[in-house]
Amino acid sequence: MGKFEYAPAPESRDVVALRESYGLFIDGDFVPGQGDGVFKTISPATEEVLAEVTEASPADVDRAVSAARRAYERTWSVMPGRERAKYLFRIARIIQERARELAVLESLDNGKPIRESRDVDIPLAAAHFFYYAGWADKLEHAGFGPDPRPLGVAGQVIPWNFPLLMLAWKIAPALACGNTVVLKPAETTPLTALLFAEICQQADLPPGVVNIVTGAGPTGRALVAHPGIDKIAFTGSTEVGKEIARAAGRRKVTLELGGKAANIVFADAPVDQAVEGIVNGIFFNQGHVCCAGSRLLVQESVYDEVLASLRRRLTTLRLGDPLDKNTDVGAINSPAQLAKIRELSDAGEAEGAERWSAPCELPVKGFWFPPTVFTGVSPAHRIAREEIFGPVLSVLTFRTPAEAVAKANNTPYGLSAGVWTDKGSRILWMASRLRAGVVWANTFNKFDPTSPFGGYKESGYGREGGRHGLEAYLDV
Amino acid sequence: MTTVTIAGPDLRRFLDGLPGVDSVGAEARAAVLASRSIKTTAKRLALDLAISMIDLTTLEGQDTPGKVRAMCAKAKHPDPADPTVPMVAAVCVYPDLASVAAAEVKGTGIHVASVATAFPSGRASLEVKLADVRSAITAGADEIDMVIDRGAFLAGHYQLVFDEIAAVREACGKEAHLKVILETGELVTLDNVRRASWLAMLAGADFIKTSTGKVSPAATLPVTLVMLEAVRDFRESHGRQVGVKAAGGIRTAKDAIRYLVLVNETVGDDWLDPAWFRLGASSLLNDLLMQRTKMTTGRYSGPDYFTLDS
Repeated sequence: MGKFEYAPAPESRDVVALRESYGLFIDGDFVPGQGDGVFKTISPATEEVLAEVTEASPADVDRAVSAARRAYERTWSVMPGRERAKYLFRIARIIQERARELAVLESLDNGKPIRESRDVDIPLAAAHFFYYAGWADKLEHAGFGPDPRPLGVAGQVIPWNFPLLMLAWKIAPALACGNTVVLKPAETTPLTALLFAEICQQADLPPGVVNIVTGAGPTGRALVAHPGIDKIAFTGSTEVGKEIARAAGRRKVTLELGGKAANIVFADAPVDQAVEGIVNGIFFNQGHVCCAGSRLLVQESVYDEVLASLRRRLTTLRLGDPLDKNTDVGAINSPAQLAKIRELSDAGEAEGAERWSAPCELPVKGFWFPPTVFTGVSPAHRIAREEIFGPVLSVLTFRTPAEAVAKANNTPYGLSAGVWTDKGSRILWMASRLRAGVVWANTFNKFDPTSPFGGYKESGYGREGGRHGLEAYLDV
Repeated sequence: MTTVTIAGPDLRRFLDGLPGVDSVGAEARAAVLASRSIKTTAKRLALDLAISMIDLTTLEGQDTPGKVRAMCAKAKHPDPADPTVPMVAAVCVYPDLASVAAAEVKGTGIHVASVATAFPSGRASLEVKLADVRSAITAGADEIDMVIDRGAFLAGHYQLVFDEIAAVREACGKEAHLKVILETGELVTLDNVRRASWLAMLAGADFIKTSTGKVSPAATLPVTLVMLEAVRDFRESHGRQVGVKAAGGIRTAKDAIRYLVLVNETVGDDWLDPAWFRLGASSLLNDLLMQRTKMTTGRYSGPDYFTLDS
């Protein structure tokens, strides 16, 4: 026990009114599914059942797509941009007004610390709606021709790591451009999407513009395969992304897939902030981040110092109750994900890398994995190549900038990278050679709606965010 | 980082070669720590710890023996109605009033800190500064809060600053603890704060202190974070622990608790002690007392229920 132990400071659950069961959100209303499939969503921190959710059947998906088509043709695509903007602004404001409720629900369903859902996920989701609301009546100035047209009905499938934020990344630009959407949230984290459906009702959004169908893989497959879908947007694993790309045919697709980002620390880096950046790069959101800085490349001359500082810093991380306002590291989202993290970590040890975990007590119930660092990792090890999607950092070293670039690019992925150095010219030199969609300089995991985000190679294609993000939802 | 004795051009190379501070990152880290939620038992503990770390300060042109005596009485019994309230760590006064303060707190364990070296500007000759220091010690001060020559530091004359601190350290001898005020509001950049921290520690500082309280901004969380990192790294490389004092602008219990969180999560238990961390403040104490009473009684009392400092 230290001298100054923080007492529990849990955020109250009372702001969230959970229903026992949820239907599908189709054509402006919550409706029961046509099949009898239901599934339970649980809190990964306690394994408590939060609610029962409907498994959408192909027939339900068809209903949703038809509703979206009607709304597209009769209402949304013919509505002036400035009118669409009003709805988007209204949604953005309601997200802000209900921010605490959304944050608590996100932490309950996902397992992420309330500090992150409160300070990152929810404010950024609102910011995305505000940002794209601003574009809705200015599309002719976006650089895609004098009168760019929407695509039609977008089928959108999103992951469980940032449930509401990924929803915002998908729905805000689609709606701003005049498309209607059918969105499937991940089966382990459907609740904020369903609360968002309520927000659409509260904003008087015309029925059918946004439809939410819950379910697992089969529902997603039915949605992607539906002939009434004009545009597919997917964020998730590379494996599923490839399947979607094959099924897409000639339809427009954006894929935001996996990553194995290099976080590159040079000898002249501001070391204390670099250590913070390493921590934020891989332990933010338990490492459930596609652009996580999961490969740390340290210049060999400062390896000992950086690793010592990193270990010392990791001993101060606070793991536990996601609703506690002082928690830094929350729960792993699902038993399946925990099994994957364990399997890859064990493989790392078996292949000869040295494993070190921050000394922290793991709760008995729920799914947990301690912040872990592997040293002595070679580029050939699985933990240096495969996406772990968990709080596991692989540390490699380099000697020269050219070697850093070669090692950073030696991956099938290319979503993000980080460069830490006090030398401005080196940042530019590195950034122009790193094959990654985002290169952060002296920071990591910073997001902004004005900045395009997306990958190279197996990290996917298309960009989300910024002016570039409009292109994915316009017929250009 | 090396442990060899460094002087002249080597000193400069060493200080300029310290790792840089990215101010965006440092501010972000301080902001995250400022969002920690300290409640119930933790708050109770933090309030008492903060009280015990206060250097209760009066540094005004209108200070009188009467004012200093009143402040010393408050230092000994912060809340006359509640004997469980700890005493503050020290009282801090100008050298000419150090004897008054020393007489008042004699035998209590409360230290007498005195600002010296032509506080707050530091613009005087070394002889004058040393005389100032000696007079404070003679008057009974056992802690000297000196100011560095910011002009010399900003002009790059690190050796001059070093020599002055070393001379004051020598003048303090075994009788007095030396706190070196960096006046970070005039050094401006966090890189400078780190350099000045190392310079002061290498020259023999027992404590490094943010500010005089006469320049705005005074203590800030990012500045204190960088200074805490400096004392942590210095102990690692030189084996000597140096204290940190955040002074100026800390007025509420909430502010004080944020500093304690910063200490807790940057340098840990070894510095969570009045011997190694201080808060220089005048109006902070009453807010801490008010919060403390609120925790005991469940109610806030008005300011009339807490004694004036003077």
